[in-house]
Amino acid sequence: MEANPQSENWPLWEVFIRARQGLDHKHAGSLYAADAQMALENARDVYTRRNEGISIWVVESKNIHASSPAESGEFFDPANDKVYRHPSFYILPEELKNI
Amino acid sequence: MDLLTNYILHQADNALILGHRNSEWTGHGPILEQDIAISNIALDLIGQARNFYQFAAYRLNELSPSEKITEDDLAYLRDEHEFKNFVLVEQPNGDWANTILRQFYFSSYQLLLFRELSNSPYPELAAICEKSIKEIRYHVKWSSEWVIRLGDGTEESHGRMLNAMQNLNPWIAELFQPVDFDYEADETEAGILPEILKDEWYQRVNRILETATLPTISSEKKSMQLLSGKKGVHSEYLEPLLAEMQVLQRTYPGSQW
Amino acid sequence: MLGEQEIFDRKIEQEIRIEPKDWMPNDYRKMLIRQMSQHAHSEIVGMLPEGNWITRAPSLRRKATLIAKVQDEAGHGLYLYSATETLGITREETIDQLHAGKAKYSSIFNYPTLTWADIGAIGWLVDGAAIMNQVPLCRASFGPYARAMIRICKEESFHQRQGFEILLTLSRGSEAQKQMCQDAINRWWWPSLMMFGPNDDASPNSRLSMQWKIKRFTNDELRQKFVDVCVEQVKTLNMQLPDPKIKWNEETGHYDFGEINWEEFYEVLKGNGPCNKERLEARKKAHEAGAWVREAASAYAAKKNYSFNSPVHGSQPAK
Repeated sequence: MEANPQSENWPLWEVFIRARQGLDHKHAGSLYAADAQMALENARDVYTRRNEGISIWVVESKNIHASSPAESGEFFDPANDKVYRHPSFYILPEELKNI
Repeated sequence: MDLLTNYILHQADNALILGHRNSEWTGHGPILEQDIAISNIALDLIGQARNFYQFAAYRLNELSPSEKITEDDLAYLRDEHEFKNFVLVEQPNGDWANTILRQFYFSSYQLLLFRELSNSPYPELAAICEKSIKEIRYHVKWSSEWVIRLGDGTEESHGRMLNAMQNLNPWIAELFQPVDFDYEADETEAGILPEILKDEWYQRVNRILETATLPTISSEKKSMQLLSGKKGVHSEYLEPLLAEMQVLQRTYPGSQW
Repeated sequence: MLGEQEIFDRKIEQEIRIEPKDWMPNDYRKMLIRQMSQHAHSEIVGMLPEGNWITRAPSLRRKATLIAKVQDEAGHGLYLYSATETLGITREETIDQLHAGKAKYSSIFNYPTLTWADIGAIGWLVDGAAIMNQVPLCRASFGPYARAMIRICKEESFHQRQGFEILLTLSRGSEAQKQMCQDAINRWWWPSLMMFGPNDDASPNSRLSMQWKIKRFTNDELRQKFVDVCVEQVKTLNMQLPDPKIKWNEETGHYDFGEINWEEFYEVLKGNGPCNKERLEARKKAHEAGAWVREAASAYAAKKNYSFNSPVHGSQPAK
């Protein structure tokens, strides 16, 4: 959706919040803002009213590129074949600790 | 009432009246996200008001222990001429341009004042001001950005900003005019004389106005200030505001809510 | 290889969430758009009857908590519009539908708030009923809807407590306050029961909605639960619910209650409620009055080509 300067319609932004140190940014929702500064402030007002965040990312929705579920077969299956990447693949003696 | 308590009430009244005005936008803002933004500012201001009223009540109760005055008594049972807010903050909302300009002028002032008062030897006063500074910085940021967006947006928004300036500029002078409680605050070093903030206020405000392609304002121009909110001589707007705000407490005196 | 319909059906069966880009039956998509956008509209319109009393809130504490509550409702509307938009419709389009009278919102907000006690009654009864409807929606089959509802439910509980506390204070006050309290309960009780919708046998959409796990409990099930809870809670207030037919039924283990005035329900739904016109007018007015603001902000953003090309950690204006 192109932001038409003549239009009163603002672009849509996706909001990601990191709730606490050590966590990833998590998608919280979307909102409308005319520019990124406003988007950040709006995100703070809407999604962190109860101190739910210490870091906010905003991205115009049009800039999000997503994989399509129809592709998930080709896209993700190759990873499923490589079972040796998962810790549970390896059987180790019970007595072994810290590993 | 002693002068220092009046100084505190002035801070409280400013915050309450402006918070009340901002809250009138709830449900009627130009877009949902800004409805939330301005309600947040209203909440911040009412929070500040409560802190100041509670402090003022504490002082009054110390002086006359039989009274037991509360924050609500001060907010809901004083008459219009007893309120000490600036005439600026009681002005009606008007359109969005008027509202954000009013916020910009006031918050720019509040930031400079509270920066000084954070160093007050009166610990309660210092504590309230210091606690409020972070949110006031945000109010300044938010309102500055809107001044710029609307000043440098469309022809219509520019015109509305010029209108807003016409409405509100007459009330700027009062920000820097001392009354008896200002002199008292300065003497006891609890607070400061507002004129020391004048130059910096004009500098900061004009910088934003310039960026917004709006005309700058001169600190030199002196217009006769016949009204003085700080002295209880208000514009016609305060009385109906208080009549609405205080209606339940006045209609049902002595009740708990 | 399973067909799309089968994959969809299996997800529903196995309580696997449907996400926006997944294949879904057209009717499922339409039903969700309708339900979510109407839910969003309800939150926004709902700001008006309560927002009405912000300027008259009788204490600073009540003033602050009421502003916070109404602000929360704006936020809830926002989460729901946001979830609706994942299905390929814009907020603007849904709002146009609302203003044109083509979309509905919860009828309860077409009733007037006549006294301060109404604010208490809305918190206790209307938010109470809303919570009862909303908790099951946290497990709705459509991911964004469920996630929005989880957020909303977390925030909702203070709303109900705030309302009940207002009524409790009134119920312990002067004669005039006690009367104010009872009067508000009398006016808001039946409309609150209507919030659960028509009786199950008169509710055409319910069957499909439950099959697709958008709806989890029937209208009558939730309504009964609500009555049972309120009959107990009203005792704390020392007040009456305006229904002489309320009676404990030993057999069913529930409270029997009187018949709802369905004529009133359908009238208000049709648009003939006491405040239908005012509510919509207020929203249209705000929207229209805001047009120049939105245009100005867009124009400014376009002028400055406001974008953050810099890394995510900071925001620096493109200068």
